[in-house]
Amino acid sequence: MDKIAELRTIVDHPYSYLQKLKDQTGQKIVGTVCSYAPEELIFAAGALPVRLFGSDSGIHRADLHLQSYCCSLVRGILEEALSGRLDLLDGMVFPHTCDSIQRLSDVWRLNLVKPFHADVVLPVKLSTPSARQYLLDVLKKFKTDLERGLAQEITEANLIHAVKIYNAIRALMTRLYQLRCENPQVLKGQDFHTIIRAAMIMEREAFLEDLAAILSELTKTASEKKPSHAKRLVLSGGICSSPDIYDAIEDADGVVVGDDLCTGSRYFESVINENLPPLTAIAQRYAERASCPAKHAGLTNRGEGLVKMVKDCRADGVVFLLLKFCDPHAFDYPYIKDMLDREKIPTLLLEIEEQTQAGGQLQTRMETFIQIL
Amino acid sequence: MNSDNSDFLKTLGIYLLSQAKKFSLKFKKAPTMKDLMMVYYSEAKSARLTGKKVAWITSGGPVEPLIAMDIIPIYPENHGAMIGASKMGAGLCEKAEAMGYSNDLCSYARSDIACATVNGGPIGGLPRPDMLVCCNNICGTVLKWYEVQARYFNVPLFILDTPFCHTGYSEEAARYVRAQIDEYILFIEDACKKKYDFERLRQVGHLSYEGQQLWQAVLDTAAHRPAPMSAFDAFYHLALIVTLRGTKEAVNYYQQLLATMKDRVARGISVVPNEKYRLLWDNIPIWPRTRWLSQKFASHNACLVADTYTSAWCGAMKYIDESKFLDSMAEAYTRIYLNIGVDEMAKMVIEMIDKYNVDGFVLHSNRSCKPYSFGQLDIQRIVEKERGIPCLMIEADMVDDRSFSESQISTRIDAFMEIIKDRKKTEG
Ligand code: SF4
Ligand code: SF4
Repeated sequence: MDKIAELRTIVDHPYSYLQKLKDQTGQKIVGTVCSYAPEELIFAAGALPVRLFGSDSGIHRADLHLQSYCCSLVRGILEEALSGRLDLLDGMVFPHTCDSIQRLSDVWRLNLVKPFHADVVLPVKLSTPSARQYLLDVLKKFKTDLERGLAQEITEANLIHAVKIYNAIRALMTRLYQLRCENPQVLKGQDFHTIIRAAMIMEREAFLEDLAAILSELTKTASEKKPSHAKRLVLSGGICSSPDIYDAIEDADGVVVGDDLCTGSRYFESVINENLPPLTAIAQRYAERASCPAKHAGLTNRGEGLVKMVKDCRADGVVFLLLKFCDPHAFDYPYIKDMLDREKIPTLLLEIEEQTQAGGQLQTRMETFIQIL
Repeated sequence: MNSDNSDFLKTLGIYLLSQAKKFSLKFKKAPTMKDLMMVYYSEAKSARLTGKKVAWITSGGPVEPLIAMDIIPIYPENHGAMIGASKMGAGLCEKAEAMGYSNDLCSYARSDIACATVNGGPIGGLPRPDMLVCCNNICGTVLKWYEVQARYFNVPLFILDTPFCHTGYSEEAARYVRAQIDEYILFIEDACKKKYDFERLRQVGHLSYEGQQLWQAVLDTAAHRPAPMSAFDAFYHLALIVTLRGTKEAVNYYQQLLATMKDRVARGISVVPNEKYRLLWDNIPIWPRTRWLSQKFASHNACLVADTYTSAWCGAMKYIDESKFLDSMAEAYTRIYLNIGVDEMAKMVIEMIDKYNVDGFVLHSNRSCKPYSFGQLDIQRIVEKERGIPCLMIEADMVDDRSFSESQISTRIDAFMEIIKDRKKTEG
């Protein structure tokens, strides 16, 4: 599909896309590092929130600031910044997630001059009333910081509009997830991945249009694609930035039917209540959506969520994609695996580095795993 | 006392004795560290028989509200340090890995999680908790670690969420933490099934403050040249300010310790014979290698006179208002050393360099502790720029001995000391 090819060009060369956008329209661009970045507010301030990933050109400059036992995502993002490739950013927003992102923000603040640098120190627990109140307070403060940093007032109307756009994107993405779950043949894993990445980079209203077009096309052609007998898999972990994994799965006669990833369903899940005041509603979504392991929303909620997802998607197995040196995910893995074991759901653990590409070893492991399903 | 318990006391005794040989001091008017720890752990182990409650709490967590209600606080991190010091870290870490915990996770957490399932380790496992109190002012690891233990022991978990202070303490964070202190009190009332005793808390608050002041005063004696104690001594004597902060015992102990150190200063006794060079240590000790390291530095006539780790238990004292302990506690616990920005940490390091008059800075890049270690390279650069003293970074792990390369580290320390000696010579 042409539309997807267009998106792929953007995803493969995000900086040229962003630079062009900036040159042509004066668009302000703000980098973010995690799915807890309150993008709706950045959008309402007239800036484009862009989720950053590492580079594939190796780590050199970041070595002078972060040791080798820091996750490759954090080191990679710092490398991109230090090498000047992120000079086009007008600002950076660091939501408080893990110990590594926390220090990335400090290192960034001390070494890279940006017109705008904001820490959004969200609560770590999401379930108590005082934490909810604090979450709302933090968003209010962030709104003021943005207004000052970008010299742009955020009106109620801007916020309401931002909520509408994000809700629309999330609704369509949810539809895309459903479509894939019903008939995984509708699009290749690589293409699915491209759409997700584009959602984190592209000017959001333009992306919404493209997404709507892609969806209606897919819905039309869905009935022609005959269902296959490939084994159905769910991906679980933090980020998945290597599209090769999808190829490896498909080559081994598997398909991805669902995911529990920060760069996946966790980013799109759950809508913002449009009947509440916007900030309150945005805070509510962050508190109630499926949580990332760096946040506390109960002792077993993530495991239960995954078991339910596997059942809902009628999946045959789960592939854990754990980024090396990522503490929050590594701590949750044993208990979640136990819960899946008890349900007799087979699992495969893959330890990944952000920059490395999938190799032959991955292919073999995937084949062995899919054969036993 | 049941046989389980006497076994425990035997193991504990052996452990404490092995540690005490290195550093212990005998006081005329107060019990030794070994006596105190023996009483403390055996009380905790027999809590079930005596009807007392046991709470596991993170090292940076507010322990005073527990002590005021006669709940025995137990520190898994202190346990981790014991595991490391008795060189049992590697074995327990392997066990955790077999349980599915990645080898890259904090080794305190890994060894404690493994230990809980086998009652192993140097003291035969920790006493079972009735509740868990997790304060994330030191790291995000403790949140995950306590979730693991809450599932394992199936006991209530209280999370005191102290928002990270990149550039200061925000009003909204202050309100949030203060509100949680009240929730903490309710949690304790619920666990004990009785009304909270605020009068007791006031007394405990005073004792805690006094203990912290004394601990700071003890550390300050090392500003004297030659230093009567080193960071290695501080690592040993630290146990009480972590474990029994807010008790009379801790206050007594540190009074005696302070008197001993002052006496050494008066008599010009130095801990490192012929002290010529003074160094500052950063990060958690390499527990299985403290003795080796202290001898190594001493062989160069160098004394580690201070460290950023043991001073963390009195570093936020400036925020405490004794008369309003409960209110000021929120700020003091939120603004501790590991919960602040790298630039503020660097500022504190520089203050220590000046105060203790040091010639070099040794940074332990600790694979286990990400919040402590990430940012160190920037701190090093700031120190080099602001004070121009030589810095040495060694990569190791606080518990897991497998990450320690003795020959390599030895060579690097020799080279570092040569630089310091040359500089001292040219400075005359
Ligand atoms: S991948 Fe893990 S360690 Fe890295 S930034 Fe994300 S949560 Fe933190
Ligand atoms: S990560 Fe660091 S601060 Fe946290 S428990 Fe481990 S050693 Fe302590």
